[in-house]
Amino acid sequence: MSQTDSPLPRSRAKAARHSLSGSLERMLPRLVIAPSLAVALFFVYGYMLWTFVLSLTDSGMLPQYDFIGFAQYARLFANERWNVAATNLVVFGGLFIILCLFLGLMLAILLDQRIRQEGALRTIYLYPMALSLIVTGVVWRWILNPGLGVESLVRSWGFEDFTFDWLVNPDMAIYALVMAAVWQASGFVMALFLAGLRSIDDNLFKAAALDGASLPKVYWRIVIPCLRPVVFSAVMILAHIAIKSFDLVMALTGGGPGYATDLPATFMYTYTFTRGEIGLGSASAIMMLCGVLAILVPYLYSELRGNKHG
Amino acid sequence: MKTIHALAAGALLAAAVGQAHAAEIEVLHWWTSGGEAKAANMLKQKLEAKGHTWKDFAVAGGGGDSAMTVLKSRAISGNPPAVAQIKGPLIQEWGDMGFLGNIDKIAKEENWDSFLTPQLAAYNKVDGHYAAVPVNIHRINWLWANPDVLEKAGIDDVPKTWDEFFADAKKIREAGFIPLAHGGQPWQDATVFEVVMMGIGGGDFYRKAFVELDPEALTSDTMIESLKTFKKLRSTMDDNIAGRDWNIATSMVINGKAAMQIMGDWAKGEFTAAGLTAGEDYLCEAAPMTEHMFSYNVDSFAMFKIDDEGKQQAQQDLASLILSKDFQTTFNKAKGSIPVRLDVPLDSFDKCAKASRKAFDAASEGNGLVPSLAHGMAVSASVQGAVFDVITNFFNDPEMSAETAAKRLASAVRAAS
Repeated sequence: MSQTDSPLPRSRAKAARHSLSGSLERMLPRLVIAPSLAVALFFVYGYMLWTFVLSLTDSGMLPQYDFIGFAQYARLFANERWNVAATNLVVFGGLFIILCLFLGLMLAILLDQRIRQEGALRTIYLYPMALSLIVTGVVWRWILNPGLGVESLVRSWGFEDFTFDWLVNPDMAIYALVMAAVWQASGFVMALFLAGLRSIDDNLFKAAALDGASLPKVYWRIVIPCLRPVVFSAVMILAHIAIKSFDLVMALTGGGPGYATDLPATFMYTYTFTRGEIGLGSASAIMMLCGVLAILVPYLYSELRGNKHG
Repeated sequence: MKTIHALAAGALLAAAVGQAHAAEIEVLHWWTSGGEAKAANMLKQKLEAKGHTWKDFAVAGGGGDSAMTVLKSRAISGNPPAVAQIKGPLIQEWGDMGFLGNIDKIAKEENWDSFLTPQLAAYNKVDGHYAAVPVNIHRINWLWANPDVLEKAGIDDVPKTWDEFFADAKKIREAGFIPLAHGGQPWQDATVFEVVMMGIGGGDFYRKAFVELDPEALTSDTMIESLKTFKKLRSTMDDNIAGRDWNIATSMVINGKAAMQIMGDWAKGEFTAAGLTAGEDYLCEAAPMTEHMFSYNVDSFAMFKIDDEGKQQAQQDLASLILSKDFQTTFNKAKGSIPVRLDVPLDSFDKCAKASRKAFDAASEGNGLVPSLAHGMAVSASVQGAVFDVITNFFNDPEMSAETAAKRLASAVRAAS
């Protein structure tokens, strides 16, 4: 009896050991992730919360906690410069995303035609992404400077009336910013699309050709819809580049002429750090956050739900 | 024998005192360019000769904007440096928040009140106690000119009124030069505007508008006329001003591309570095209509509150060094400004500095001594920023009328203050 009994406790012990190591196994990923999660919660969401709290105070040069409700938001929307910055973000962000997607897709389709030296060309188009935005800004500032760059070059060829003064013209300076940003990022979007195109089965083209579809039609009706997930990632990446654009503005226009090319990020920095208006600056930061959420949440929702069904 | 004993005893005492109070103090400043860096180094050596240690904390960029950002973050974390370069009304703001110490002891000992102008000394006091020490006085309303260019354009003398200026500008343009060198940055726009305004409106008007921020003055006819004159200056500049740094604009005057520039006297450093002599190779005159005005920009070092007695002693020693006649002379020569001490002789200074002192004396006797708004001496940073926004936008927007700009100025100032 004792002999037959003996295996039982042993197996029980084994089972206990098993469950211990099993629970450890289950716990381990959580344990490993916990510190980084805590750090992220604290430094990202904690500070978001703090910024929101500050935006409800009349903090000046240093944070203080005299709550004044939403008065800073009222001041923000009465602020002429904020309206310019917000409008600029819509113009800049919209044009930047659309142009990058369009150019990136075109370049990717053309590069996908099994041409020679594709690797070299791909590198050339992708290279601007390797530059710091500060470098891009400085280079484009020189190119667009009427006295140094394109305008003076064309004039020296004999076209005396040629003007290309986007950088110094308050109405056009924001487009100069778009130009530099598109130059920087469209190669990267091209790489994304190229990867997407490569994953499309060749047989699809052949089948479509058999059915008598022309090549543009194949791309328009079949290939581009297949690239939808790539468009999704590209928009995500481009949107956050657009919203956090700070260094490009600083290097290319410094927010000028006047404050014609101010974006919310430069507005926030100026008010919070150089003008000693932490309350107003925090309010603008929270408005930026709201703007991002207003665009991204519906988009994420529709895309992710669509994927589940598909 | 007696003297040797006395000397030895003195030396021993000094060593003992030095040891008892030697301390390391951290000094935040933005003196990082050529001549300024040299001056900071000189101050450091003198402080170390007294047995203290100078921990350098230089933050370059933005005319002190970056340094202020760093200072704020250090102060919030409860660890401010012992000494920091702060100027104008900002010293009061820091003092009101209870961050600054008290250096009355050394101020009384050396009798600062006897050689500092009361108007300037007031910036460095919090509740009547000295908390900071002024270093230099810059004059803003200067017109720098290249005499060769003026001669080629057939102009004998630097313009004294704005009418003369615009007439001369036409001649200069016809001779193939740029009449006025300028950089299109908000603070430079504001610098030129305040010089125009103080010329047209005079000292009392300037103080009403830019110190008291009186809405009536801000929308008055005088203001509108000043704005119109300022906007007209745009036509005397070249097309490539966007974002240009002030020293590039100065170099245009040096190279003979442009005839004149309106800028504070730190511009002198550029002329000196190019090997030019004041009064011969370049001219320094009061900007049109501002002969009796002196708009000042004064740098100061503020002393932060610390408990350590050794560090307090080091702060006082540093303050005393900064105001020593020796340092005042060397430093201000390098910086282009004039000494804050009115009892320092200017014999070894150049013509422009002598003219600056003369203008200072005349202006403080009359009512022409005014704080520069463009350089943070007149109002808080937020009001200053609001004024910059309106001025620079008006200057760059061909459509905006002076009347609209004046109204916007008043409403922006009200919103910011």
